[in-house]
Amino acid sequence: MANLMGSIPDEADPLEIPALCEGAMAALRSFPAKPEHQTALGFPGELVENWQEKAIEKMGDLLTKYRSLKVYMDACVKCGACTDKCHYFLGTGDPKNMPVARQNLMRKVYRRYFTFTGKHLPWLVGAEDFSKEVLDDWYTYFHQCSQCRRCSVYCPFGIDTAEISMAAREIMDSIGQGQKYSNEIIGKVFKIGNNLGLPPKAMRSTLDDVEEDLKTETGLDIRLPLDEEGADIMLVTPSADLFAEPHIQGLMGYAKVFHQAGVKWTLSSYASEAANFAMFIGSYDNMREVALRIRKAAEDLKVRRLVFGECGHAWRVAYSFLNTLAGPFDFLDQNHPVPQHICEFTHDLMQEGKLRFDKSKNDAYRLTFHDSCNVARASRMDPTPGGQFEIPRAILRATCNHYFDMAPDTIKEATLCCGGGGGLLTDDLMDLRMKGASPRMRAMQEVTREHGVTHLAAICAICKAQFTKVLPAYGYRANGILSVHQMVSNAIVLDGSIQQRELNGEGAAAIETAVAAS
Amino acid sequence: MITVIYAALFVVATLVLVLGLGVKLWSYATTPAPLKIPTTPAPITRPGVVWRLFREFAFFESLFKANKWIWLFGYAFHLALAVVLLRHMRYFIDPVWAVVAIAQPFGVYAGFAMVAALLALWARRVLVARIRYITEPADHLMLALLVAIGVSGLMMKFVARTDIVMVKQFFIGLMQFKLNPLPGDPVLLIHLGLVAALMIVFPYSKLLHGPALLFSPTRNQVDNPREKRHVAKWAEKLPRRQAAK
Repeated sequence: MANLMGSIPDEADPLEIPALCEGAMAALRSFPAKPEHQTALGFPGELVENWQEKAIEKMGDLLTKYRSLKVYMDACVKCGACTDKCHYFLGTGDPKNMPVARQNLMRKVYRRYFTFTGKHLPWLVGAEDFSKEVLDDWYTYFHQCSQCRRCSVYCPFGIDTAEISMAAREIMDSIGQGQKYSNEIIGKVFKIGNNLGLPPKAMRSTLDDVEEDLKTETGLDIRLPLDEEGADIMLVTPSADLFAEPHIQGLMGYAKVFHQAGVKWTLSSYASEAANFAMFIGSYDNMREVALRIRKAAEDLKVRRLVFGECGHAWRVAYSFLNTLAGPFDFLDQNHPVPQHICEFTHDLMQEGKLRFDKSKNDAYRLTFHDSCNVARASRMDPTPGGQFEIPRAILRATCNHYFDMAPDTIKEATLCCGGGGGLLTDDLMDLRMKGASPRMRAMQEVTREHGVTHLAAICAICKAQFTKVLPAYGYRANGILSVHQMVSNAIVLDGSIQQRELNGEGAAAIETAVAAS
Repeated sequence: MITVIYAALFVVATLVLVLGLGVKLWSYATTPAPLKIPTTPAPITRPGVVWRLFREFAFFESLFKANKWIWLFGYAFHLALAVVLLRHMRYFIDPVWAVVAIAQPFGVYAGFAMVAALLALWARRVLVARIRYITEPADHLMLALLVAIGVSGLMMKFVARTDIVMVKQFFIGLMQFKLNPLPGDPVLLIHLGLVAALMIVFPYSKLLHGPALLFSPTRNQVDNPREKRHVAKWAEKLPRRQAAK
């Protein structure tokens, strides 16, 4: 347990239901967007004068555009199945963080203005005027939802609070009440091309550094190309992969895999961001603008395939929405899925026996895997439903000797959000982030007690950033969070590399090797 | 006089139920779902989706995953209600189908089970703080309505019997637009009045949840967005901004 700073306490069940604590999180409001953040996305700069009227009008409009919203406003029977499913409720006890109660913030307004009973007998169905007080509640609690969809798994009608919080944010944006974090970032994508605002020069310089590091490590010239026309593959990855730890270790892993596969690939400085934060604010229009950048980059660079790096919400938009928003991608090679996840790409090569791993290189890690919410419940990896669970695990098992799953009711489709998804990965919500992470952290502590787990791997830039902040509060080191392709990077034995020569020198029997095939 | 009032009541209730439901479902069906949002893992074929929906309707699969107590009481209630409805078919068909005849003795037990399950759900609504928090007056009202229908029905079996042959003739007649007299027993009139009320509120209340499930995009969509492009008409018409090509 080399990675643990303190002893892990005998904590309660990760999913223990807290006592209700009304108003516990009422005071935590994410910073509002400044006028320039709003106008860059086509929204009014500040709260418009007739906001109530405009908001109702917008709600009416969305009710004709989104069947999800329309059906979910009506279908809830208040059965209570979802009440203990949100990690923010489990972590805070605030009843307005129960999915149904969060939905009801919108439902009560819907009923007041769009239903017979709500118009005439509001007290009977809990309908309420859209007052400033209600709007404040909306802003507070629709920015305490990470749109992780855990509630939608358990609802007997599949009501998805993410759909409702997206609609609520879209309504608030349309009246000038946006959130700074998401809207500022989307603006950066329009202006510079990525969430972090990294200009092409900074990207190139980072990639040069990585190339140098890889040369020292492997003795090979492993390239990380930027804006190279005519490459086979365009990699679209979260900009954090060029900036933060442990993200950048994952980028090294992608580069090594591409190198070993012998494919020509490139990053794009124009579409230098996989994530699409416009999804968080429910804006189809803005989401499509961001997605179209990827299409344009693919056309300009004349690539034949699209591969996405490790990023949860990005993979949702890529897998589920990209074809809708920016398709058809008939100009790309149809022999491969468009787009493809880097894990699918790596796993395919493993299946073909093209990757060789020295698992002992990861013996310092006793590892578990955090299923990122949007990968788990809003996407897939080929070939079967559930591939999004099995493929990352297959990669980890092939690259690491000590792998252990967390409790079944906290992984796969039941996975808990890291606490920072959906536009909440901002310092002004740190209290919520720490509390929302507690169910996941308690589940990790369980496997630490049982199996001595020290590290957590994930395939999402947000998860990685969030856990870096959260892990220390639960007795782990900040670097206890790893990229899945970091494990690949550590274990992969590239043809002609220093690692290969070492391995061959020591003889096969001494070192556990695997030509991965499952 | 009572016969005329109740005949009119049931004609109105039936119209409201059928038309109201039709309008609602039509509005669901014609509202586009612009994005693929099935809760995954999801079926990748249409028959797979049919099977998923069947499991939801037949077994309340998601609810079972969520909470065993709510599932138990909710499932017991719906199953019992189904048997009770089947038993009541005898008032509307002549000759009675075999399956309805077989259901007769079970229907009585189902009546008790239905009321018991409703009371259990009601108890949860009051006793579990989380569920109490999300409960509105209408939720109590619906439970009260259903319990009252169940209890008044059981009373006619065990306490104050009515002339069920006459009741049957009333409904069979009504279905052929003929007026046959309805017995004037108070319990029967309460029972039928409440049933008519239920039919009238059905399309405008949370009772709509059953049909709504059919239209829930997280449950009824095929998970094939990479293979098949899915675009809503309104989205196609949206003007493009900077990244247009």
